[in-house]
Amino acid sequence: MSAAAASPRHYAPLRHVPLVAIEHMTMRFGGLTAVDDLSFEVRRGDITALIGPNGAGKTTVFNCITGFYKPSSGRIALASAEGVTSADVARVTRSGQRYHVNGNGGVFLLERMPDFEIAARARVARTFQNIRLFTGMTVLENLVVAQHNRLMHASGFSLLGLLGTAGYRRAERAAVERALYWLDTIGLTARADDPAGDLPYGDQRRLEIARAMCTDPVLLCLDEPAAGLNPRESADLNTLLRKIRDGHATSILLIEHDMSVVMEISDHVVVLEHGAKISDGTPDFVKNDPTVIAAYLGVDESEEPAAEAEIEAAQRRGARKAGGNGNGSGKPGTNGSPGGAR
Amino acid sequence: MSGADAAGEAGRRDSAPEPGVRLSAALLKALKVAAVVVGLCTPIVLLETSQGIDNQLRLDWRVPLVAVLAGLAFLGSLVVTFGAPHVARFKAARARRPSIEVQPAAVTLAKIVAIALLVAYPFIAVMLAGFGGATKWIDNFGIQILIYVMLGWGLNVVVGLAGLLDLGYVAFYAVGAYSSALLAKTFGFSFWLVLPLAGILAALWGILLGFPVLRLRGDYLAIVTLAFGEIIRLVLINWVDVTNGNAGISGIPRPTFFGLPFNASDGGFAATFGLEFAPQHRVIFLYYLILALALLTAWATSRLRRLPVGRAWEALREDEIACRSLGIDTVKTKLTAFAIGAMFGGFAGAFFAARQGFISPESFVFMESAVILAIVVLGGMGSQIGVAIAAIVMIGGTELLRELDWTREVLGPAFDPTQYRMLLFGLAMVLMMLWKPRGLVSSRTPSIQLGEGNKAISGKLVKEGHG
Repeated sequence: MSAAAASPRHYAPLRHVPLVAIEHMTMRFGGLTAVDDLSFEVRRGDITALIGPNGAGKTTVFNCITGFYKPSSGRIALASAEGVTSADVARVTRSGQRYHVNGNGGVFLLERMPDFEIAARARVARTFQNIRLFTGMTVLENLVVAQHNRLMHASGFSLLGLLGTAGYRRAERAAVERALYWLDTIGLTARADDPAGDLPYGDQRRLEIARAMCTDPVLLCLDEPAAGLNPRESADLNTLLRKIRDGHATSILLIEHDMSVVMEISDHVVVLEHGAKISDGTPDFVKNDPTVIAAYLGVDESEEPAAEAEIEAAQRRGARKAGGNGNGSGKPGTNGSPGGAR
Repeated sequence: MSGADAAGEAGRRDSAPEPGVRLSAALLKALKVAAVVVGLCTPIVLLETSQGIDNQLRLDWRVPLVAVLAGLAFLGSLVVTFGAPHVARFKAARARRPSIEVQPAAVTLAKIVAIALLVAYPFIAVMLAGFGGATKWIDNFGIQILIYVMLGWGLNVVVGLAGLLDLGYVAFYAVGAYSSALLAKTFGFSFWLVLPLAGILAALWGILLGFPVLRLRGDYLAIVTLAFGEIIRLVLINWVDVTNGNAGISGIPRPTFFGLPFNASDGGFAATFGLEFAPQHRVIFLYYLILALALLTAWATSRLRRLPVGRAWEALREDEIACRSLGIDTVKTKLTAFAIGAMFGGFAGAFFAARQGFISPESFVFMESAVILAIVVLGGMGSQIGVAIAAIVMIGGTELLRELDWTREVLGPAFDPTQYRMLLFGLAMVLMMLWKPRGLVSSRTPSIQLGEGNKAISGKLVKEGHG
């Protein structure tokens, strides 16, 4: 552990180029700063995990990326086209546009886009901490609704669909095929015609992921996908997420408390505490990072000054440190983070 | 007997005594209830003031009335006490039912029979009541009910499918009626041209209203739509130059049979087809017209339900946030629901204007919105069959009360059954809330399915929407 701490802080080598770059993002709710000058990258083809103690601002970051919140400041740039340079992103930023589509992908400034547009155009899909399925609709309907925009075009905004043209029927069959593919992947084909609200909890979690995947996303954001799952279901989830990463052009960003999931499947882990990043790297790097250990487990009073210095250095900002017993540092947090969040 | 059984037994005994065992307790409770009723009635029912012949205030004691009320309360209490275990058993049995069931094939057959009966209805009425007597049955019952069935199906798109509570639906009905009347009178457009125009104008008003309003949710949306309904009515009253204010618009051209007017002239419908002229021809024609319009509404809605836009409406009712996370533009989706619901309201309005030949703001009061909404809610949100049954019961029931002259022979000449209409509605609503809180037909048919058979999803899983 000490060896890891002594080694120079570095971003562990990651395989792929950035897909989403979150730069200096701050989110304030009135006087409360939930996320404070946060910067990190989600790399293409990776499973990136966002971890941190309760109240660290993970879900806020998610809501900012998916457009449910508008960050107070900062930039969230998603570049889904090949070979996008920072100059391209800068050009779009200067132009005042929300996004610039280029072939199959483009540059999307997520902080400027409303939530449904992020899902529809930037192709960022998400799930929710408390499952949000359409409970009164069948499993199959849930997956077909997710393909709304594609089907809407095929139905000629309902006019062709009302007439039942061949083009629309073909598109609907394709949508059902895609739904069946995902049903098969999550093992729920037999329950396609059952209402989603009737499924057991673990199946509902997997169905929500399948529904998000039916939108054909470049980035899939999962908010605590393993919450409430038993060990066997957790293992199934790991398999599913690996399958998504390896078999589809979809990168994954997930929030998770279950470390067995995080450490097993993540390629890249970002640790938040009180709205600021305290560590960022490979799972092994993060696991052995003393700052992370201090944040999660707390430190003895005797070690406090050393640990405090470490955290100060790590954050490079005055984020309040979490001492072993309450607020060890004398100065009040400049970020107004909620106390006792650990 | 196991412990659980014993506990269940004890619980049942707590809530409702077995007859015989706790008869005395039930009687005592009923007596108490009757005593409370007597106490409540003493100041407000027992004494009545009236003016005597000598212009002096007289005090009348209505002891028999109070006695009857107390007796009713006594019996009611006994019914509730002894009925409770049966109700509990019924509820438990219903809760155990699976949340998805295959509908029997009889349902499809029943639909075909119902449509056939509707088509044959005028002839059945003529056969049973004679040519002259049938007018009442076709006009007051057939046409009147079908107008509300159509309005109910139109509002069903907004309330039942999209889950948006709209208390001002009558506004679109009014827009349809006034626009068709004004277009027909000012420009001399025929009914067949005016009908689609009225629908389009009503849809436009739906979109106009929708833009500012649809960011509101739940109660707030309901209040604003209520206000919109009133605004339209007040504009109709006060914009006298165009709408002729309270006096209304009269002399609206009647619909023709594809160019043949329903009159006694040589070029009229009767003369052309070699029939003897009778005013009933128009009534029967109007009946088929509204039947066609209503069936068009039903067909279009059930078709739209199976299209992406309809699925998006239902998804919106289930969970708006999840919709947005899937890239569904919820504002546009709500607007389409509003516009399409308004369009059917506009069609119905155009028909109403042509049928009456006279319209005034009186016809578009809030009460109409409330009745249409009640039809949708009683019918079961999202269900077309349920809405049709509810319209028949609510509108047909009102008309039927006018037919109950024999009650006067029993209850005295001063008794007017139509005055009890609202009381009966209220009672029906309360009973429905107790018996079927989600409406007559609370199950939902999936819009797409893999397996065979018409499935129905239980209403307990289907959400009602909240704005």
